[in-house]
Amino acid sequence: MHRRLACVFLILPLGACQGWQSALDTHGPAASALEALFWTFLSVLGFVWVLTMGAVALSLRRRRPEGEDPLVTNPRRESRMGWTISGAVALTVVTVLTLTGLSYASQKHLFEKRDDVLTIKVTGHQWWWQVDYEDSQADKRFTTANEIHIPVGEPVLLKLESSDVIHSFWVPSLTGKMDLIPGRQNTLQIQADREGSYRGQCAEFCGWQHAHMGMLIVARPKAEFDGWRDNQIRDATAPQTDERKRGEQIFFSKPCVMCHQVRGTSAGGKVAPDLTHVGSRQYIAAGTLPTTRGNIAAWIVDPQSIKPGAQMPVIKIEPDELDPLVSYLEGLK
Amino acid sequence: MNRIVAPAGIFLLLVLGACEREERAFRADPIATETEEKIALVPLSPGSGPPVEHRTGKGKEYEDNAYHVAQGKRLYTWFNCNGCHSNGGGGSGPPLMDDRWIYGGQIENIVQTIREGRPNGMPSFRGKVPDDQIWELAAYVRSMSGNVAKDVAPGRNDDMHPRPAENREPDSPPVAGGSIPPSAEMPQ
Repeated sequence: MHRRLACVFLILPLGACQGWQSALDTHGPAASALEALFWTFLSVLGFVWVLTMGAVALSLRRRRPEGEDPLVTNPRRESRMGWTISGAVALTVVTVLTLTGLSYASQKHLFEKRDDVLTIKVTGHQWWWQVDYEDSQADKRFTTANEIHIPVGEPVLLKLESSDVIHSFWVPSLTGKMDLIPGRQNTLQIQADREGSYRGQCAEFCGWQHAHMGMLIVARPKAEFDGWRDNQIRDATAPQTDERKRGEQIFFSKPCVMCHQVRGTSAGGKVAPDLTHVGSRQYIAAGTLPTTRGNIAAWIVDPQSIKPGAQMPVIKIEPDELDPLVSYLEGLK
Repeated sequence: MNRIVAPAGIFLLLVLGACEREERAFRADPIATETEEKIALVPLSPGSGPPVEHRTGKGKEYEDNAYHVAQGKRLYTWFNCNGCHSNGGGGSGPPLMDDRWIYGGQIENIVQTIREGRPNGMPSFRGKVPDDQIWELAAYVRSMSGNVAKDVAPGRNDDMHPRPAENREPDSPPVAGGSIPPSAEMPQ
């Protein structure tokens, strides 16, 4: 009975090997290289461990026959030991040189710079991600938040910055970690080989809501990506229904406009996530809640119960104002 | 033996005092309800006696709390106060780091100034900034002229310092007076 329980318990962690945020379920070259390294290390070190443990067990069982005086030197044996030690030293030098060469070759491949790649600036804030798509043409630049779309099979260059404390960009299925450090810019190249949504997470403790600082990377074919980008570049469409028109008015008369931006309107705050196309994103509050009517309403009414300490304040809102406001935000596709 | 154990025990008990940490009130309660502050800007009043003043005392919990003052500092740039008041030295708006106050330098006066707006350019932020954030801003403005406790005032900036940190400001108790910079005066 106990043995069966132990087996079940040992199998359970295997569940962690799959999913949209797993370093062992990789979909990009950088993460695959890390995964290969992980399995190589695991098998080599595992083998060495078993070997060592075997030797220890053996030496506990068998004893060397007594009789030899350890102070008497044997010239043949001495020279044999000399050879062994110089062999080990030479082997160490060769190993270090080989590893240096290998590391250089693989890093050269990983950090290769290309000029024509899609460049995205990611800025860490407590506790969300600002995403600026860069382009040499000014009318192709735009800002969004917490959701990064990339074309499949192409390298994408990320410029990582921070506005307050140190954060760390980590999408386990696509890449290793890279810190976002205030006052400097780190770069990271990512690539997704397969279509899909991959979850990312801040990997450097950055304060109270560090655990709720998630993001989504959506990899899709080039044509679909271009369509998405054209839509994101557009200003918000003016509301058509009466309810949404009222919602827009409520949005402008409340503290929302002090921090949030809706492009194409007078709301121009730049210190909180850009809401121009918030309805098209899959999650709100940095990967905390799926974008649904109920969740948007809950987040507006009481953000401090969902993410205590977040910079979104509790605002005064009348019960009959909530529905139109949610309709307005939900419709910003 | 007891001579050592007893003082050591007392010392260890004293250490427990460090367990109490400053409260951080993330969620204003009751939600964003405005307090009623009655402040008098002139000593004159019709009838007998001075004008009626009423201060709720809410300012104390903001002025004495480092978290609130630090949040106020963050909001000061987020809401573009520095657009007119600069880093406290004043621009098209009056300076905030000196001791001269046109509408009074107590926290309730500053709160009312932010809520109501003032002539010659200061807009009213009532409804646009939640009331607890107005108190945080006012507490921070007080710290700019050294009017909050040294251990509460912010100690450094995240970026370059345009002036000494707030906790190094000399105490400058508010004095009535001050003037509007000519650049901010409305054309007559």
